[in-house]
Parts: sequence; structure tokens; C-alpha cells
Amino acid sequence: MNQRWARTAMLMAGAAVLMGAGTARASGTLTVGMTAGDLPITTGNPDQGAEGLRFVGYSLYDSLVLWDLSNGDKPADIKPGLATAWHIDEGDDKRWIFTLRQGVKWHDGCPFTADDVMWNMRYTGDEKAPEFNPAQFAQTRIYLGTYAGVEKIDDQTVAFKTKVPDSLFPYEISFVLLISPCRAKEVKYNWTEYALHPSGTGPYKFDKAVAHQRMEFVPNTEYWDEARVPKQDRLVLVPVPEASTRTAALLSGQVDWIEAPSPDAIGRLKSAGMQIVTRVYPHNWSYQLNFVKGPFTDRRVRRAANYALNRGEVTEMLNGLALEEYGTVPPSTPYYGHPIEYKYDPDQAKALLKEAGCVPCKVKIAISTSGSGQMQPLPMNELVKSQLDAVGFEVTLDAMDWNALLQLTREGVDKHPDFDAINVSRSLQDPFNALIRHVWTGTWAPKGSNWGHFSNPEIEKTIAATLGEFNAQKRLVLLTKLHEQMNEEAVMIFVVHDINPRALSPKVHGFVQAQSWFQDLTPVSVSP
Amino acid sequence: MIFYILRRILYAIPIAFGVSVVCFSLVYIAPGDPLQTVMPPDATAETIAIVKHAYGFDKPLPMQFVIWLGRVVTGDFGLSIATRRPVFLEVTDALANTALLALFAAPIAFFTGYAMGVIAGCFPGRWVDRLVTGAAVMGVSLPNYWLGIVLVIIFAVQFMLLPATGMGPNGSTGFRIFEWSSARFLVLPVITLAMIPIGILARTTRAAVAEVRNQDFVQTLRAKGLSEWAVTRHVLKNSLPQVMAVMGLQFGYLIGGSILVETVFTWPGSGFLLSKAIINRDVPVLQGTILTLSLVFVATNLVVDLLQSLIDPRIRRG
Repeated sequence: MNQRWARTAMLMAGAAVLMGAGTARASGTLTVGMTAGDLPITTGNPDQGAEGLRFVGYSLYDSLVLWDLSNGDKPADIKPGLATAWHIDEGDDKRWIFTLRQGVKWHDGCPFTADDVMWNMRYTGDEKAPEFNPAQFAQTRIYLGTYAGVEKIDDQTVAFKTKVPDSLFPYEISFVLLISPCRAKEVKYNWTEYALHPSGTGPYKFDKAVAHQRMEFVPNTEYWDEARVPKQDRLVLVPVPEASTRTAALLSGQVDWIEAPSPDAIGRLKSAGMQIVTRVYPHNWSYQLNFVKGPFTDRRVRRAANYALNRGEVTEMLNGLALEEYGTVPPSTPYYGHPIEYKYDPDQAKALLKEAGCVPCKVKIAISTSGSGQMQPLPMNELVKSQLDAVGFEVTLDAMDWNALLQLTREGVDKHPDFDAINVSRSLQDPFNALIRHVWTGTWAPKGSNWGHFSNPEIEKTIAATLGEFNAQKRLVLLTKLHEQMNEEAVMIFVVHDINPRALSPKVHGFVQAQSWFQDLTPVSVSP
Repeated sequence: MIFYILRRILYAIPIAFGVSVVCFSLVYIAPGDPLQTVMPPDATAETIAIVKHAYGFDKPLPMQFVIWLGRVVTGDFGLSIATRRPVFLEVTDALANTALLALFAAPIAFFTGYAMGVIAGCFPGRWVDRLVTGAAVMGVSLPNYWLGIVLVIIFAVQFMLLPATGMGPNGSTGFRIFEWSSARFLVLPVITLAMIPIGILARTTRAAVAEVRNQDFVQTLRAKGLSEWAVTRHVLKNSLPQVMAVMGLQFGYLIGGSILVETVFTWPGSGFLLSKAIINRDVPVLQGTILTLSLVFVATNLVVDLLQSLIDPRIRRG
């Protein structure tokens, strides 16, 4: 009897230990295999595209406005970061007032102040300031097209001025990460040295790095947002640019998480018990068109190209790792609206080409062999070409390396009038980058992303009204109208939206994939 | 001999200058922007102009070349645009990592290839010759990035014996050759890298040995009654200069780093550095790496020439 009691007591004790383990703070080391060819820089806004911001930028640093990545069911929107609130100056619609969060400390122990915001804006924007960093200027300036200056109102308030009324400024400032002036001064503005000892206010602290190989972060246990204190003991970032090696690294247990597994590896990963997570996010894989010269100046030809595409074949080729694209933004976007959707209709495409008198309709498209967000550009472009050719187009694909295509994109249609379209995938994270920059005359390349110099008086009016509308609900109506107008004009050849695949070891728990280019790693834990 | 060495070193100076002109100019021929790595895709012309000015890329090319050359002769290769680390450090770190691979791959390749070639050359036309020649052709023909991936699938994924990627375990701050936790990262890239030189060496050695065995002096040695072992020793010694020339070239290639192998294994060597610099148009790194690798080739050839003349007294150098 005693033995039985003893056994029962031991079992109960064991169960209690196990239950205790279940409720205790999760832990483990999370090792991420990135697609980047190198470690992102740590001096503020990182390089290596969105992956740099995702894993290094928003881990080490905060911006005044952050992205709410906690809910995967709806597209991510902005939330308070180092600023607790913001509003437009009632007497000046070109002046945004931001209230700063109090009691925040940099990783080096210095307090976060309004002066630090001023210093950071000089760091990224004032060529004459000793702290000016041209690389950071390049990385942040694209988000600050309307920025005109900043002033300190008091210790907890700053005001940003814009060149024109810009209701979307809070979105734009969310991409500007703030670094510690204390640490910068400590290393005498030596950015090489700073990169080895970065200091931010983010949820992770930099621990160590081996150049080109590995970067290791540890939780910032004093993070101002207690809910986002990381649940892992350590975050390790490893660049593994080769897709098959990334897959092998996950299968062999060397990493716990890989970005962008190749579509043909999904079956193998699933059979090994890996978690494949996907979710549509603000990305499009489309063609930007020449609106100055050539067949695409005619809306009927643009529509014909859209009707010609059997997007289901494209997603099938990608093993289902894409969503058919019928508008600039994915349907889950709040301002998607009810746009004209150019569903596959080859007869309609042929009729439109005939009506436009473009048979055969010869077009030349610049494409890349690889590149950030470009998915699988060569086979995808070949498939699109075959579909366009089938209805009467005669497509010439001019393949070049990513860098050359970027240069062509930045320089715009004026310098490259012989191209009828370019194939550059786009990030659509915020309303300005999602819609406005593609069709606004204010962003005609080389001043911005409107490569083909699209212009339309009605759309121009809607953009002006959107930028001047500070009521969020009313602005949403205008953005919806803009998206519908863009589809009406068939401003792009829409193909697919990426669904952001990543593969996780079964040991990884707690990850919520946000509908965003950025992801929150803080709730993730790794079991032994 | 000292004069010969000095003369060869003096020859190397104009070669190095020529190489510096070529490598500086070459990187500007390719389309793309040297500031691509720090510039987001949507950077405006105004932003690009300001950043170009800040980095000195707005100056005329000849002036940039003079400034660059002036720095290079003092050992300052500038800063990497991508990482802001000194290029000299980037290049020497990468070269050291590649040399680590080469130091293991070269002896494996040279001994294996040489042994295979000698066996095949001593038994021309026999089954062993056919076997070795077949294996050598296979070694030369196998794309090493494919071989690397296959080795990873077998040893990292299936048997989980060796790591698939990288150059050290989490938490380590440097590579420790005498610790298995680090050294195990070497195994797969070394084997992959050694495969092609094994094939080339085996074929070269076989041809050299077979050729020397057919020379008259070998008949004479046999007629004088030397044992087959003694004759083989003479054959090997006489075939060595030709083999060494190829070894030197292969060593140069190994030190130069294999872009494909280093990319497959994410090994941070000179090949990987070069490929990243090309993709990012990181001009200072590209120029520094090409120049350094060219000088390594010149130095390797010099060393091989000297060794050849030491081994074979018939090779007289003025």
C-alpha cells in the first residue's frame, strides 16, 4: 500500500514538474537562415532589403511609429512606437506633432529624449552635420519624400514639417529607425566601430557577430513593451543565399527557420515534419508599363495584356505558393474595393488588340535573372510571354542582372524609351508605396517609382485629396477609389502576389505570420 | 638565383600595375550602380547624386583611379560600400578562409591525383589505367556545385553527420581548427573542392609518366640492369616538373576560391566575397579582391618556377 502511495505521489510530482515546465517562460535559441547574401548592416536602417529590416532593423531598433504584427488575420497597420501619439497641427496641415514615449532607455543605458530624435534626423538627412551618414541617408530618404524638417517643441514633443499636406506621413516615418546618439558619440562617429556595438531601444540587444557568417542577439529584458520581450534566449541570424543549402540546413537541424524555401522543396520539407507557413502580404509581381511611347500607351492594349493572362497556370507552376493578382494590392487590403478584375479571357484580349490595331503587338520587356522579391523571374516571365504571344502579342524578353534592372528602373522611361515594360516586384507595405508612388506625377522617375510616367488628371485629383485628408475613414474611401481607378486604367499587367513562404522546424512555437513584409519574432520559442 | 628572384619580382611590378588598371576599369564596364548596395530600389536621382558625392563617385574616372592607386600603394584599399569595413580586412579575412580550404584540399587533391596518375601511367592500357582514367574524367566533369549539394544531402540531411552550411557553430567567435565543432565545417567543402584538381592531376601525371617511360634513357636504365623500382624513381623525378606546373596552377585556383563551392556552403572565402561584390557592385571590394588574387597568382607562379628549377637541374635560369 505504501509503495502504491509512493508511486502515486511520484507520478503526481512528475506531472506537476511537467505542468510547471509548460507554464514557465519558453526559451531556446532561434537560428534563422536568411536569403540575404550577407549580414545586414547594424547602423540604423539595414541594407539587404526587407529582410534586413525584418530581422535586424526592427529587432535592434524602434521607430516613432511601429507596425502591429500581432494579428495575422488582417493586413498589418501602424501603432505607437517611440511616439505614443501623433496628430496634425490644427493651424498648419503641413506640420505633424508627435508625443514621445517617456522612460525609454537605449541599450547603452542613456535615456531616449526629443534631442535624440533631432539628432537622428540630422544623422539621416543633414549633409553638413558631423553625424551625417550617407548610407543611412540613402536608406531612409525614399520614405521621406515630403519631409521638410523637424523641430523640438519640448522634451517630450517634436514636430515634423512636410513640403505638402501629407496625411500618410506617420506611415512614412515608421520606416526610419532611431539609433543611440550616446553610443555614436562614444565611438566618435566611427560607423565601422558602431556597427560592432550598435545600440537601439528595440526588443533585442546585439550580442556578437562574425563578419559575413553570423549575428547573435539576446533579449532586451527591459524593453518598454513588456508583451514583446523576446521569448527566446537567443536569436541567431545566418545568411544562406543558396536555396537548396537553406533547405538542407533546416532539414539537418542546423537552423530552425528558413526564409523563402524554393517551391520544389516544399514536399520534402513537409514530409520531414517541417511547418510551412504562408500568408498573403503586400507584394505584387507585375509589369510596370511605358506610358510615353509604344503599345501600352493605349488602354485597350493594357487591358488586352491583363485579359491574356491565365494566372492559375502561374500559381500552379509555383506549386501554389502565390495568389492570383487582379489589382495592385491583394484583396485583403482595406482599400481593395470593387475594382474591374481582368479574369482570363483570351477572346476578349484578341478583340481588344484588334480594336487597338496592334496585331502583332510587339513589346519589349526588361526582366531580371534574380533579385529581391522577384520570385522565379525566368520561368515566370517565359510563361507570361507564352500567354501574351498566344493572343497576338510578340514579346521580346531582355534579361539582365538585378542591379542592371534596378538602374534601368531608377532612371525611368525617358532614358529607356525602347522598353515597353519592366518586371520589378513591388513592396506595398503602406498606402503611399502601395498605390500613390506608381501613378503620381510627383514620383515620375528618376524622382520616384513611377517608371513609365503615368499621368491621369482624375487620378491626380484623388491623390491630392488623399494626401490632404487627415480623417482616417474618409481617407480610406479615397484610397479605395484610387485603387479602383488604377484598375480601370489597367496601370500594370497584374500577375501574382507572393504568399511569403517560410519553413519552420517543428520545434518552433508561437509564431504568428503577419500580412506584412516585417514579422515579429518576439513571441517565438524553440523547444529543445 | 638571387638575381633571378629579384628580376622576377621586378617583372611583377608592371604586371601588378597593368592588373590594377584592368581591374579598376573592368568593374565600370558592367551596367549597374556602384552604390547599389546602399541604395534602395526606389532611390531618386537627387538622393543618388548626394550619396555619390559623399562616397566620391561623382569624380571623373581617371581621378578616381589615381586616388585609388595612391591609396593602394600604401596598403589602403578603402572601405567596403556594403559593410563599411576596410577592404584590406575584408580581402585578407576572405583569403585566409579560402586558404584554409585550399590547405586541406590541395594535399588531398595532389596526393590522390598524383598517386592515381602514377599508377595509371605505369600500367598504360591495362584495366587499372582505364579505371583511373575513367575516374579522373568523372572528377573533372562533375560540376562541383552539384557534387556539393549531393554531399550535403547525404552527410548533412540523411545521416546528420556534418553541417550543411557556414563556418562554425552558433556562439563561436572564430574558427578553431583543432576543435571538431569547428573543423567539421571544413569536411564537405574540402572534399568538393578537391574533386576537380584530383581529376586534372591524375590525367596530367598519367600523361607525363607515360611520356617519360617511353624516352630512350629509361631503356638505357633498364639495359644497365636497374631494378624496376629504381627505374620508376627516375621516371617520377623526370615527370615531376610538368606535374608541378599544373599543381601550381591548381593551387592558384584553389587559393582564388571557388565562387560556386563557397556559395553552396556559404563559406566566407574570396570566391564568395567576389560574387557578393559583383552582385552588389561593391567596387572597392571588387577592385581589392581582383588585385590581390592576381598578385597571389603572380606569386604562386614565381614560387612554382623556382621549385621547378630546384628539382630539375636541366632547367637553367639566367
